[in-house]
Amino acid sequence: MSGFDVNKIRQDFPILAEKIRGKDLVYLDNAATCQKPQAVIDSIVQLYSHDYANIHRGVHTLSVRSTDKFEAARSKVKSFINAASDKEIIFVRGATEAINLVAQTYGKANIKAGDEILITAMEHHSNIVPWQMLCEQTGAVLKVAPMNHKGELIYSEFEQLLGDKTKLVSVVHMSNALGTINPVKKIIAAAHAKGIPVLLDGAQAIPHMTVDVQELDCDFYVFSGHKLYGPSGIGVLYGKQSLLEAMPPYQGGGDMIRKVTFEETEYNTLPYKFEAGTPAIADVIALGAAIDYLVAIGMENIAAYEAELLDYATAKAKQIEGLTIIGEAEEKGAILSFTLNKIHPHDIGTMLDSLGIAIRAGHHCAMPVMDFYGVPATARASFAMYNTKQEIDVLMAGIQSLIEVFG
Amino acid sequence: MFEDLRDLYQEVIFDHNRNPRNFRVMENADRQVEGFNPLCGDRLTLFLKMDGDVITDASFQGSGCAISTASVSLMTEIVKGKTEAEAEELFTKFHEMTTGKEEHINLEALGKLAVLAGVREYPARVKCATLAWHTLDAALKNEANAISTE
Repeated sequence: MSGFDVNKIRQDFPILAEKIRGKDLVYLDNAATCQKPQAVIDSIVQLYSHDYANIHRGVHTLSVRSTDKFEAARSKVKSFINAASDKEIIFVRGATEAINLVAQTYGKANIKAGDEILITAMEHHSNIVPWQMLCEQTGAVLKVAPMNHKGELIYSEFEQLLGDKTKLVSVVHMSNALGTINPVKKIIAAAHAKGIPVLLDGAQAIPHMTVDVQELDCDFYVFSGHKLYGPSGIGVLYGKQSLLEAMPPYQGGGDMIRKVTFEETEYNTLPYKFEAGTPAIADVIALGAAIDYLVAIGMENIAAYEAELLDYATAKAKQIEGLTIIGEAEEKGAILSFTLNKIHPHDIGTMLDSLGIAIRAGHHCAMPVMDFYGVPATARASFAMYNTKQEIDVLMAGIQSLIEVFG
Repeated sequence: MFEDLRDLYQEVIFDHNRNPRNFRVMENADRQVEGFNPLCGDRLTLFLKMDGDVITDASFQGSGCAISTASVSLMTEIVKGKTEAEAEELFTKFHEMTTGKEEHINLEALGKLAVLAGVREYPARVKCATLAWHTLDAALKNEANAISTE
C-alpha cells in the first residue's frame, strides 16, 4: 500500500483523541456516519470567517467567492465519481432526498399503473419507502429480488423478475446492514439490455471504493456527504444528463428558475433546475474538502486497508463462541454485523459504550433484513480508514467480557 | 471491566433476564395487550387475569433486552394481588423513578423495582424499562390495540 499511514490519518481527525467515559474512543459506527477530518472542519470555519455570502446572485465580492467555491465543489464531485459533466451533479440533502427526488420526478413522469419497480431484499428503508409512496400514487407494483442466507442477491431470481413491466431498477451498491457489495455492473447490463434504467444507492459504498459512474453506466447514483467524511445535510444525485433534462423539476422556488411571471415560469438549466432555494453552501464546499482529502490518500489505498481490517475482524469474531456473523457475502465491505446468544444488541451496545466503544445496535433502518434473519436487531461494528487492528482487539476483548458478565 | 455499569446492570436484572418469571402464555386471560418498541424491536405480550378490579395473575411472552425482560418479569411479580388503582400508582412512581423527574423518590415504596432506578442515567434505555408498564397501563384501561413506546 503506497504510503498509507493510519497513524498519520488518525492525527487528521480531532475527535479520535476524545475520551468516552474515561476510555479512549473506539469509533466503530462509521456506517451510520463518519467522523470529520480537520480539513473539512477548517473549510467550514474558513468560509464563514472570510468568504461567506449567498451564491448565484450578488455581484459583490463575497457572493462571487462563495459561488466560485460552491461550483468548484461540484466539479470535485464530478471528477470523484467520473461523471461526464458538472450538469449531472445535483446537490440535495442526502441519499434519501435524492431517491425521493427521482421517485417524484422521473417516477411520476414515467411509471404508470401496473408498471413494476424492482429493488432487492437488502435495501435500506430509504430505497423502499419512496418507491412504496410512488406505487401508492400511481398504482405501480414494487417487486423485491430475494437474497440467500449469506446476504447475497440471488442473481438468477433478480434476472427473472426483470420483465416487460419493469420500468426502473433501484439497488443498493453496498448494504449498510450486511456489508454485501452487489454485482452492480452485471445488474446494470442486464437491465439495460431490456431498456430499463438503474438507480444505485451508493450511500454506503462511496467511502469505501472507487466509483466511476460512466464505467458502471448507471443512470442515477445517489450518496450522502456525511458518510464520505463530509458534513451531514448534504448529498448528491448523479443522473445522466439526457434523463435529467427530460425530468420535471422537484421543488419550485428561487435559483431553479430562469424567468417568472404570474402567468408562467421558465425553469433554469441543469443542474440548477433541481436546486430550489439557498442550498447548504458551507456544507457543499466542505464536501469538496472531504473529497480533496480522500483523493490525496487514494480510494484504492483506503479499499485495500479496509479489506485487511475486515478480514482481521472476521477471523477474530469467528473465534468467539456464541457469536453469529450476519452477512457473509463473498463480496463484502468493512461491516461486521453480529448477534450474541441470548444477549440483546442493545445490551451489547450499552456495555461496549462503557468501554469507550461506539457500535450500532438496532435494525439499521433495514427491518426487512432483520425479519429475513429472524432477529429483532443486530449489533454492528463498521470500519473506516482511520480504524486499527488494535481497536478491533479492544472490541473483541469487550465482547468476550460481556459474554462472561451475562453468564 | 464493566464497573461503570453496576448501577444499570444489577445482579437482580441479570437473574430475571436469565430466568424470567411468569414467562408463559395465559389460557383464558381477561386482558391481553401487545407492547412494541420499534426502535430496538423489543416486543412483548402481557396477559392479565382479573377478579373484579384485582389482578389475580399476570404473565408475559416476548423478546427484548435484559432491561426490558427484567422489567416486565419484575412487574408481573409485583402486580399480582394489586388492585387496578394500586397498579396505576406503582406505574406513576416507576415512571418518576426511571425518568428522574422527582429529586427524592421513595425507592422503598417501589420494592424490588428499585433495581431499575439506574436507567435514568441512560436516556437511550429508559424506554426499555418502561415498555412493560406502558403495556400494563393499556391493559388496565382495556385498550385493545397494540401499544408502542414511539
